[in-house]
Amino acid sequence: MARTGPAERPLSPHLQIYKPSITMVMSILHRITGAALFFGTLLLVIALVALASGSSAYGTVQAIYGSIPGKLVLFGYCWALFHHMCGGIRHFVWDTGAGLERGTRMKLAWGTLFASLGLTVLAFAAYLAG
Amino acid sequence: MSQESSTSLRTPLGRVRGLGAAKSGTDHFWKSRVTAVANVPLTISFVVIMLMLSKRDYAGAVKLVGQPLVAILLLLFIGSATYHMRLGMQVIIEDYVHSEGRKIALLMLNTFFAIAVGLASAYAILKIGFAG
Repeated sequence: MARTGPAERPLSPHLQIYKPSITMVMSILHRITGAALFFGTLLLVIALVALASGSSAYGTVQAIYGSIPGKLVLFGYCWALFHHMCGGIRHFVWDTGAGLERGTRMKLAWGTLFASLGLTVLAFAAYLAG
Repeated sequence: MSQESSTSLRTPLGRVRGLGAAKSGTDHFWKSRVTAVANVPLTISFVVIMLMLSKRDYAGAVKLVGQPLVAILLLLFIGSATYHMRLGMQVIIEDYVHSEGRKIALLMLNTFFAIAVGLASAYAILKIGFAG
């Protein structure tokens, strides 16, 4: 597939040829959120190392994380975390061989999205309530 | 299976070993699932701890992270999450990067990144915990 030069055999159709479906979008989102979380761990390690380094380092991190762009990134990180978690739970169901029928997998896909959004809103509400 | 044994080209030994072409069988899949299961409760505890942390100043944050239960939960989360993300990123690299040299370089970087993030976080948590 990645050989240089044109492929001399027919290739299987890829993403752009299919009409988007919710299961497909959730599958792609699972990978994207996973990759985002990979780099998102930097947010955690920076905060922890700053906390271990002292009050001035931690103050800088607090100022950046507490700014509007910082909060937006953390909000996105929180959603990615919950979305990947809910998507993972869906995969646990599929691992047992259950939930692969058309109706069920559609419900699971929508459920993943709503659950992740719900959990993120819940976390944000808890943040605001303090 | 009995059908397979009469028609398959796989040797009986190969079938018994069950390791397949990549020679690692279901190892990658299984480790990814074990860490994923661990990640569910650990992620929830992580978010709760971060929410608690967001309301504290430096001294309060040090005190919170220094509490044994909090420190242990964070350490478990870091360990399980960095292991899991290394497995996941490995699959992404193998899916999209086909040039052998770049693939090997990125797979190594993936491991270095996961270990560096995990170790730095663990060191910071332990330093805060043991200082208290």
